[in-house]
Amino acid sequence: MSSQPRSTDNPDVSPDAAPGSTPGAGRAVSAPLIGRGHEPTIFEFSHSGRRSWSFRETGLPEWSAEELVPDAFRREEPVALAEVSERDLVAHFTRLSHRQYSVDLGAYPLGSCTMKYNPKVCDEVAGLPGLTRVHPGAPASLTQGWLELLIRLEETLCAITGMAAATLQPAAGAAGELTGLLLMRAWHEQAGRQRRRVIIPDSAHGTNPASVTLGGYEVTTVPSDARGCVDLAALRAVLDEDVAGIMLTNPNTLGLFEEDIVEMAAAVHDVGGLLYYDGANLNAILGVTRPGDMGFDIVHMNLHKTFATPHGGGGPGSGPVAVSPRLVPFLPGPRPVRQVAGAPGDTYGWSMPPQSIGRVHGWHGNALVLARAYAYILANGGDGLRRVADAAVLNANWLRQRISGTYDIPFDRPSMHEFVASAASLKRRTGLRALDVAKRLLEEGFHSPTVYFPLIVDEALMIEPTETESPQTLEELAAALERIAEAAGEEGGLDAAHAAPRTTPVSRVDEARAARQLIPTYDARP
Amino acid sequence: MLGFLGLGHIDDLYSAVPAALRLAGGLDLAPGLAEADVLDTLADLAGANRAADLVCFAGGGAYDHDIPAVTRALAGRSEFVTAYTPYQPEVAQGVLQALFEFQTMLCRLTGLEISNASLYDGASACVEAVNLAVAQAGRQTVWVSQGVHPHWRQAIATFAVGTGHRVIDVSLSGGVTAWPPIDSAAGDAPAALLVQTPNFLGCLEDLSAARAVADEHGALLLVASDPVSAGLLRTPGELGADVVVGEGQTLGMSLGFGGPYLGLFTCRASLVRRLPGRLVGETVDTEGRRAYVTTLRAREQDIRREKASSNVCTNQTLMAVTAAIQLSWLGTQGLRELALRCARGTRYCREALVGIDGVEPAASAPVLREFAVRSPVPAPVLIERLADEGFLAGLAVGEGFEGSEYEGCLVVAVTERRTRAQIDAFATAFEKAVR
Repeated sequence: MSSQPRSTDNPDVSPDAAPGSTPGAGRAVSAPLIGRGHEPTIFEFSHSGRRSWSFRETGLPEWSAEELVPDAFRREEPVALAEVSERDLVAHFTRLSHRQYSVDLGAYPLGSCTMKYNPKVCDEVAGLPGLTRVHPGAPASLTQGWLELLIRLEETLCAITGMAAATLQPAAGAAGELTGLLLMRAWHEQAGRQRRRVIIPDSAHGTNPASVTLGGYEVTTVPSDARGCVDLAALRAVLDEDVAGIMLTNPNTLGLFEEDIVEMAAAVHDVGGLLYYDGANLNAILGVTRPGDMGFDIVHMNLHKTFATPHGGGGPGSGPVAVSPRLVPFLPGPRPVRQVAGAPGDTYGWSMPPQSIGRVHGWHGNALVLARAYAYILANGGDGLRRVADAAVLNANWLRQRISGTYDIPFDRPSMHEFVASAASLKRRTGLRALDVAKRLLEEGFHSPTVYFPLIVDEALMIEPTETESPQTLEELAAALERIAEAAGEEGGLDAAHAAPRTTPVSRVDEARAARQLIPTYDARP
Repeated sequence: MLGFLGLGHIDDLYSAVPAALRLAGGLDLAPGLAEADVLDTLADLAGANRAADLVCFAGGGAYDHDIPAVTRALAGRSEFVTAYTPYQPEVAQGVLQALFEFQTMLCRLTGLEISNASLYDGASACVEAVNLAVAQAGRQTVWVSQGVHPHWRQAIATFAVGTGHRVIDVSLSGGVTAWPPIDSAAGDAPAALLVQTPNFLGCLEDLSAARAVADEHGALLLVASDPVSAGLLRTPGELGADVVVGEGQTLGMSLGFGGPYLGLFTCRASLVRRLPGRLVGETVDTEGRRAYVTTLRAREQDIRREKASSNVCTNQTLMAVTAAIQLSWLGTQGLRELALRCARGTRYCREALVGIDGVEPAASAPVLREFAVRSPVPAPVLIERLADEGFLAGLAVGEGFEGSEYEGCLVVAVTERRTRAQIDAFATAFEKAVR
């Protein structure tokens, strides 16, 4: 593990050269823009003695490592990292960015992920020095602005979901789920109820059952009916006093609103269970209806979906959890709170709920993500958020109708913000699978939909256009999906589809080999 | 578009939503604001954070390091910022390769063979390490050193309620973990020992000793370590750690009131099938070109569902990319120099503070980048007083140390950004504040 980075053949340069001006720094030319070459790793650009770093003059005594660290703890050789000039560093990561699709480049109709455009004003908010330069361990008296921001966001999220209070600590949706299940457990246990099971529909996200297990519960799966919603009779059949609760996504992962939600809520509450709302699809109902009004007790939100905080290639997210009044005493803490009016001292402070399940994050959650989401909500306002839902639902329904002659729509009725198409007929007719459709769509310049999910639909293509794509973009997307289907039926069309994508930085990637001959680091290369 | 759907009104889109559930009158929120007004509103809130203007001596997993312009510029590229999880590797080579490079750097820093592509933060990395160890050892008990960040210990306790793990706190002596003598250890054998170095009080832990205790019990050794300190310290892997976790905020992330930060997770190759989170591997495309893809996916929640040992999906990818950029800016010599400068400032500041009448070191063990002191004035009061003088003095030792000799002490961290003049001024103000 201590191998030195490989060097290039570039001539020696003075390690003292100013950053950014290193003479002879290589590879500024022949950059593989979206296309055919491979980009070497940063380690292959390394050249001993080259550097980017610089630190300020401190005037401190220059004690040596030997004077500062006892022998038993001190390493002999420095950690081998890439040694590159700032110029090479910028070229490398800029070229990497050119090998990456993103929302800023184009449509990203990845179902269930709500890949809407992320307004730039929120980036600027997240860069305000008054927010970024605050240590999370500073006392409340020194962080009143942050506390007010968090409280205002909490209150806003409660207004949107119809809940009483929320924790902003969970760092992602799955963290919110587990937090919610621990709240469920704490609520039952304080009343002396030992319950073992949590119900999940067969259309649920994989994080749901995984979270249930980590929450110490067993999963009971309830099937969907012919209309794509939870089978109410089947649900009633599995409900008893061993059920701690149910986790539901509404609209569900088929993009369909669970029309029997009120009856389902009553049935679960009748056996003393709680309803958990997976907020992955909250975008569809902003200002239309609220989980609290439907009867949900625990609600997690994905701020990186509904409230447009950028997804960062797989995070950071943010997964606040809002609850009904009876669960407030169990929320994670400490919570930001308004101090009693008229009392001396600060306006805002921290408080640990009396029966808190404890901390679920090292500090206060992904705070700068929370600030972005708050800015997004302020910019939209109540009226704007309703327009978000309207446009998202309209776009999804338009696209569903538009491609319904080409692809199967297994549950062909009005959907909410997304819908699930299927390539099953297409596959029977031409051999083209959902995976091939996805790869061909990459060639057409779009990101692909979510494929093979939900699991209850054969050859699933889960499509969520979001509210931020224009009718013109949707028409282009529909036309591309049609072209893909048509071409598959032509002579040699299937072979061409199997060869897709050919216009991307790499062609289809050998996933099986990656797992069989694991190369998890540059140093592990054969 | 409505006409194409045969609808007359936008509300007709919601025919599936029962009328009784429809929100009459819309959301009870103010109307939308123009961009300039949004910025003003947030700038006002930001302006109310006095801590932002203080000279920072607080640490505890969140440090005031330099973030060079190049790190901000590259990590802020919208191709990285606005991408989703790399489910389609052919159009996600940028993020995938950056993660592969990140994994390589983390393995070199920790001396282990496998690194995942990030977790939420130091706390979540500890929780996942405990879960891995319990599954691997088939035992429910874990020993956690009191030197592990108190918030991380609390998170471990929170999640242990769901998994049913038993967490035993092991207290400190002289600032470092006092593992119970082998023959006195009551109860079940532990699945693992978790220790942090440098620990919350800044003290360096003896990992070889911890390894020996773990071996006596057939337990795994889990080590929380700081990637900046790695510039001067022997790797935990070399000293016997099976899993190394940590908080990666020091690798290019702002203090940001606690997030988004970066959970680090590395382990031995033999544990890879239990690795939580995503793992990027190198492979080839159909033309034999080097390519990257998330791999060993069968471990993950979307495939294993209720049998998965972790529910992590979204992680902190952008922070891992940031760390890869920052570590490349530092390079081999820069990381060492950074650690050295932190250590120099720490020694200088420690000597200055313990030279003050009534102020004494809270522990005798060697320190590197932060240290704890005891003073006649309780730490929370000291922090308020020094804030009025322009300093964030440190973190108070309180929760998680109740009743211990360290309660009420102050933990002071010094980064490469602190100058001799700042430390001298801090010491002068400190002397006044403890009087």
